Amino acid sequence: MTGSCYVYGVNGPVLEARGGGPAMREIVHVGKQRLIGEVVRIEGERITIQVYEDTTGIRHGDPVVCTGAPMSITLGPGLLNNIFDGIARPLKAIEASAGPYITRGIMLDAVDKDKIWPVTVTVKAGDALSPGLPYGYCRETEIIRHYLITPPGLSGVVTRAAPDGDYKADDCVVELRDAQGRERQLTLCQTWPIRRARQAAERLPLTRPLLTGQRVIDALFPIAKGGCAAIPGPFGAGKTVMQHQLAKWSDADVIVYLGCGERGNEMTEVLEEFSRLIDPKSGFPLLARTVLIANTSNMPVAAREASVYTGMTIAEYYRDMGYHVAMMADSTSRWAEALREISGRLEEMPAEEGFPAYLPSRLAEFYERAGYVRTLGGEEGSVTVVGAVSPQGGDFSEPVTQNTKRFVRCFWALDRSLAYARHFPSINWITSYSDYQNELAPWYEEHLGPGFGQLRSRVTALLQEESQLMEIVKLIGSDILPEDQKLVIEAARVVRLGFLQQNSFHDVDTYVPIEKQSKMLELIMKLYDGAKAVVEKGIPISRLKATGIFDALIRLKYDTPNDRLDLLDRYAGDINAAVEKVLSENL
Amino acid sequence: MRLEHLGLTGISGPLVMLDGVKDVGYDEIAQITVGEDDHRLGRVIRIDGDRAVLQVFEGTVGIARENARTRFTGRPLELPLSPEMLGRVFSGAGRPIDGLGELYARERRDINGASINPVSRVYPRNCIYTGISAIDAMCTLIRGQKLPIFSGSGMKHNEVAAQIVRQARIAPGGGAAPDSETSSGGVAASGSGAASGSGAAFGSGAASGSGAAFGSGAASGEALPTEISSGDEDKFAVVFAAMGIKNDTAEFFRHDFEKSGALQRVVMFMNLASDPIIERIFTPRCALTAAEYLAFEHGYHVLVVMTDMTSYCEALREFSSSMGEIPSRKGYPSYLYSDLASLYERAGMIRGSGGSVTQMPILTMPNDDITHPIPDLTGFITEGQIVLDRTLEQMGLYPPIAVLPSLSRLMKDGIGKGYTREDHPQLSSQLFASYAMAQEARSLASVIGEDELSGTDKRYMQFARSFEDRFIRQNEDENRTIDESLDTGWETISVIPEEELDRIDAALLRRFYVKSSEQARR
Repeated sequence: MTGSCYVYGVNGPVLEARGGGPAMREIVHVGKQRLIGEVVRIEGERITIQVYEDTTGIRHGDPVVCTGAPMSITLGPGLLNNIFDGIARPLKAIEASAGPYITRGIMLDAVDKDKIWPVTVTVKAGDALSPGLPYGYCRETEIIRHYLITPPGLSGVVTRAAPDGDYKADDCVVELRDAQGRERQLTLCQTWPIRRARQAAERLPLTRPLLTGQRVIDALFPIAKGGCAAIPGPFGAGKTVMQHQLAKWSDADVIVYLGCGERGNEMTEVLEEFSRLIDPKSGFPLLARTVLIANTSNMPVAAREASVYTGMTIAEYYRDMGYHVAMMADSTSRWAEALREISGRLEEMPAEEGFPAYLPSRLAEFYERAGYVRTLGGEEGSVTVVGAVSPQGGDFSEPVTQNTKRFVRCFWALDRSLAYARHFPSINWITSYSDYQNELAPWYEEHLGPGFGQLRSRVTALLQEESQLMEIVKLIGSDILPEDQKLVIEAARVVRLGFLQQNSFHDVDTYVPIEKQSKMLELIMKLYDGAKAVVEKGIPISRLKATGIFDALIRLKYDTPNDRLDLLDRYAGDINAAVEKVLSENL
Repeated sequence: MRLEHLGLTGISGPLVMLDGVKDVGYDEIAQITVGEDDHRLGRVIRIDGDRAVLQVFEGTVGIARENARTRFTGRPLELPLSPEMLGRVFSGAGRPIDGLGELYARERRDINGASINPVSRVYPRNCIYTGISAIDAMCTLIRGQKLPIFSGSGMKHNEVAAQIVRQARIAPGGGAAPDSETSSGGVAASGSGAASGSGAAFGSGAASGSGAAFGSGAASGEALPTEISSGDEDKFAVVFAAMGIKNDTAEFFRHDFEKSGALQRVVMFMNLASDPIIERIFTPRCALTAAEYLAFEHGYHVLVVMTDMTSYCEALREFSSSMGEIPSRKGYPSYLYSDLASLYERAGMIRGSGGSVTQMPILTMPNDDITHPIPDLTGFITEGQIVLDRTLEQMGLYPPIAVLPSLSRLMKDGIGKGYTREDHPQLSSQLFASYAMAQEARSLASVIGEDELSGTDKRYMQFARSFEDRFIRQNEDENRTIDESLDTGWETISVIPEEELDRIDAALLRRFYVKSSEQARR
């Protein structure tokens, strides 16, 4: 307890207190309702506090109680398969205690302190522990083993190790004597200030892709494990469906799904769907590897600002156990707007479009917490971040999109006109890019054969050429084009409909393994080459089209099950036959 | 007896300042008496030491520093609630203005509401049939959804909204005892024993493209293949919030509700264009508080029509600038998103309570610009949008719904087998894709002339015309069943050669594609 203050003034979620004591970014409790607030400015006696809950009823003179600690959350088993609000209060427990509405002043730890976990202790008296080293584990869900890792800043020699058995989160399982001779107790959980990045031993290069089963991403614009991507798009372009798809299918061990300032019904959908959907790799519900954080758009704005850090801290915690974590943040624009809103209330000088001048540095700080690391415990782990961006009016030149672009290397631009035509995922193949291609090239060569890089560049070149031709087609129609250009348009159509377009509601099409993706591209380019030979003989492309081979390739994605890649070889024969047939007819 | 403060320190726009007040809470309501018997309401919007800043609902005209007496109530703004609200008319701040006297309140609630815990929500899956093809088939309204109408000044949004209110029927598919208050509710909405009518009804329902024009309010039993007990009808209510609309518009709605016999199921909150703007900020909050009460306490399925959101946002801007706040885009306050979200997010269903709150806000896009902050932020919060188009309107098309930018985000889980009809998802996706293609053909035709188009493009042009003329166009009193809508969709799409329809799988094409020979026969 560091001092005493009282409320002096209130302006929405921002209040001014008078008194002394609290440190910058310290958490305080305000008023009789004990609302949670954070100190954001200290000017002499005047202390500015942002409150994470609705401030209705707060009065001049209400007490402000300091807690002596910055905004921290409890980390431990029970985070997975659970849903939290922006400051990591468990929503299921809130429902149990307060009913269907979220009332104010509820203080609940992220970790359920009454739940019993069967713990295996892996150290014995006399062992040395340093930060990041595990001292035990428990089975958190069917698929994730939760390692109990020594918290950062703590090391020493084990003086007592409890036997294996059932423990609650606060039970001491290991006692430690540190270098100063102090006795320290290790339980199943630890706390961490959310705004500080958790340390790792070293950063490793990003050389492995995060496979998502989404063709346009894996094949054309791949993201590396430990990388960052942004999905900008106007409303209705499919950002959320995209994020859901990534959360469902990407090959990370743990998913942190952050609904930041988004719709309540959407979070309910994720919750329902993920507890129902079975992860094909593990055979258990997706929720068993997922942590959900929901700060819906009508929850307090200050908690929205904190929610991205809450999500990131949880992601880093699992990374430190040696897992590959993917964090989906939907949407980072809401976070930036929360910054703007609070900045406005603090009467700070606005920079571009009313956003505070520190917007770029906050974004940079956040995205830099992603990475592929060697953990303090010597394991390899990663945090991959995919942030949705909701630019105002779909205009990518606005500050959040532009600044995000500087700090992510993967840019999946969603396109309104593709969405209107219900082409999903509506990732525009001309304006999107991935800067990870070079680093990932060795992986792709190794797993898909040496030709893949070349295949990819041929496909992107084809699409590029088509987009230029379409400019002409818009003016004069496609009938007048020479045959070889018509071929480009037809082949690109197969790529667009048969490959880029992917139906997330179709059982087979919703997730496609990278091997099938590569085969599909090979087939399409094989058709293109065959058709080229036809066109060079002066035969109109429509002849080849009449054989139905183009349409067959477009429907291939639905017709071939993902586990029957052998069926794909048949198509190669069909292409050859169709080309032969057209050529021979014309002799 | 609480203290009464005599006099004021300052007055600025809709705000009054009062010094020397102690023990006043943020957001608290005060009664301000001006002169002898002019009673007004004020709300504390800022506390700064012993100074309180209040916004006055009725405006500050006539208030002087000396003639005002202020008494704080110690409570935030609360709305008296009772099921007897149905059929009544209230002011924007929730006071009865229909001359029928005060409401006997069973309960009072803070109008700001509280956020619904996402864990307690039920994911909405049951659709509401509106009888309008462009909505039912292309952007289906789901119970518990917030689906705004984006319109422009002078367009037929009021007519569309009124038609929806008149014709809205709860769909049979997946309906888990929608009206029972004791219903275990829960996630039961996942389509058990639904669709009983759909497949069977197809044969008979087909081909009646023109559709019978049902009288308003009637014929629901006839229109829907499965049973809806009359109890459902009783549990359907409308909350109407008028914000800064003209008296004629309000009168149009009132008259329409009356005509269709719906007035007894409507609660109206009126803040007309001439009414004070501070009250306008409270109007939707009062309306939603009433809606939540009826839905979650009394099991009603409530459709909330809020018009015009643009006036609401402008009131907010006016108020914000009078506060001297730092403006954000186009002068709107930086908290516009949070503020709109605090309204729109109050739609939904709660586990264990029978009712639902479905929102249909109407907003007129300034200058028909969908990227204007108001429609833009709305679109980011709501679950889709129905966009009206001026070109269609000028072509004499009613309802002038622009299908391509319209969207219902919740539709994907509330249609198809077990809900509407199994061909619905693929058909609507195909209609969207083909109509988008048709637009490209159109713009090409405007350059090179329709005669120069390729054969396929000509078919697309033909499709677009028939789609607009037969599918989108309908009368203001025409209530189409979902089968009629979908069948009309098949008839129009069948102009396009079968092999172009890449969104529909072969089995469905075989069943539903209307061969040209049949087409001719019809």
